[in-house]
Amino acid sequence: MTAAELRPARAPILDDIVAAQRRRRRWFRGQFIVVWVVLVGIIGVFLWSSGKVSWDFIFQSGPYILQGAGITILVSLVGIVLAIVLALLGALGRLSSNAIAYSLASLYVSLVRGTPLLVQIYFIYFGLAFAGIRLDAIPAGIIALGFNYGAYMTEIFRAGIQAVPRSQLEAAQALGMPERLAFRRIVLPQAVRIVIPAIGNDFVAMIKDSALVSTIAVTELLWRAQRVGRSEHQVLAALTIAAVVYWGLTIIFSFFQERLEKRMARGDR
Amino acid sequence: MTVEHASHPVPSHVGEVIVEARGIEKYFGDHHVLRGVDLDVRRREAVMIIGRSGSGKTTLLRCLNFLEEPTVGSVEIDGLRVEAAPLRARSRAHQEQIRQIRLRASMLFQEFALFPHMSVLGNCIEAPTRVRGIPRDEAVGLAEKYLAKVGLIEKRDEYPARLSGGQKQRVAIARALCMEPKVLLFDEPTSALDPELIGEVLHVMEELAHEGTTMIVVTHEMHFAREAADRVIFMEGGVIAEDGPPEQILNSPREEATKRFLRRFLGEDGPPK
Repeated sequence: MTAAELRPARAPILDDIVAAQRRRRRWFRGQFIVVWVVLVGIIGVFLWSSGKVSWDFIFQSGPYILQGAGITILVSLVGIVLAIVLALLGALGRLSSNAIAYSLASLYVSLVRGTPLLVQIYFIYFGLAFAGIRLDAIPAGIIALGFNYGAYMTEIFRAGIQAVPRSQLEAAQALGMPERLAFRRIVLPQAVRIVIPAIGNDFVAMIKDSALVSTIAVTELLWRAQRVGRSEHQVLAALTIAAVVYWGLTIIFSFFQERLEKRMARGDR
Repeated sequence: MTVEHASHPVPSHVGEVIVEARGIEKYFGDHHVLRGVDLDVRRREAVMIIGRSGSGKTTLLRCLNFLEEPTVGSVEIDGLRVEAAPLRARSRAHQEQIRQIRLRASMLFQEFALFPHMSVLGNCIEAPTRVRGIPRDEAVGLAEKYLAKVGLIEKRDEYPARLSGGQKQRVAIARALCMEPKVLLFDEPTSALDPELIGEVLHVMEELAHEGTTMIVVTHEMHFAREAADRVIFMEGGVIAEDGPPEQILNSPREEATKRFLRRFLGEDGPPK
């Protein structure tokens, strides 16, 4: 007798279990789609029946508003990069045994988290102008967003760095690595892996908060929607278009973020 | 207290004194963990430190390469003498001295501490290339040599997450050997391992001991100490309570504390009363 013949036959119930699982999954997905389509449909019908949204306007002004998405993405991308740099410096300061570095980082976090983003945007655009530093609207908006998010992300980075086990730093030092090298080569790369999901979240949040820079005439999505909406007396329609585009952008970037996270999780850990 | 080497014969294969710790004391807050330890280790000697948890053996080991700054005392390894400097522990000069000590004495940890974001080979060549300044291909050659020694050359491109605990500790040993230190310090290297994986690590360590690698091992593996040690040190209450050849310490200890420890630790197999 061979080993294969000795093995007991596969229990028939296993096939039923697999089939039941598949049915349950399909039923779940079906309900999900129905809920989304129905609710979004209701919102659409409501907007439509208000009589304030015309297809003509959407086709005529849609492309003009959509062009603002490029600025929105540009401002958010550069803003998040600036925020990451500031957050790293802030986290190093918050973890530093140097009193000056610690004080500066703490002041930065406290000040930025304690004041509204809108006020910060005005300060950087108008306030700095009084001090003789005239920034264009786009750089001013990017700096304001990066500055603001950098403060929130400082705490995330600090937690990420602290989440790397102390033994990692000790192991590097036991191999003769100076502290700075050990931090850069051993601790930081592991901390970055820990904070990547949070960076992704903040990026999606920044796409939406970037709407605030419309107040200093950055010609991004919301600015364009408001401008064309007012002049054509189609404010509701214009805002709806802007909302849909923001939503679309966040869905797209959330998708990439999820894929990135999965890849990191699968990777070498 | 002083360790009297004259009282026991020095095994013929060992060389001159290479590790010389003097008057090591360590306080954690008010807690006096090490109460004045003198320790001499000779070249090619394998010294095992045993004792209850809390007896200060791990702290002593960590003081030897200044992962803990001793409160008082000095450590000399291979001609480099560093005084404890708790008041200026962060000063650049002291940090550099400590780094030089660590290049001479590499530490192995209970929890392995491989770098998870680097492959096995990456773990092994990181410090040699960036600290010793060895060219990459030379470092790879070195890494392959030592990975082969611990029997893991075929895992060179794996990441640590894919290795068993025993394999991780063997890679950690190879990584330490790549720095070609004068002394290896082992801090309970098998305590975090599943019982069936302990053997492979001890086997590598025993081989290193027989080849004449100088090592200081904090361990609970009495059988291993008996097989591989040239000298066993029993610590109790922050001092070295007894120091001698393994047969003497493990079979016919002189000190009451040692007898008590071995009786509890080894149970039935303990030394005669």
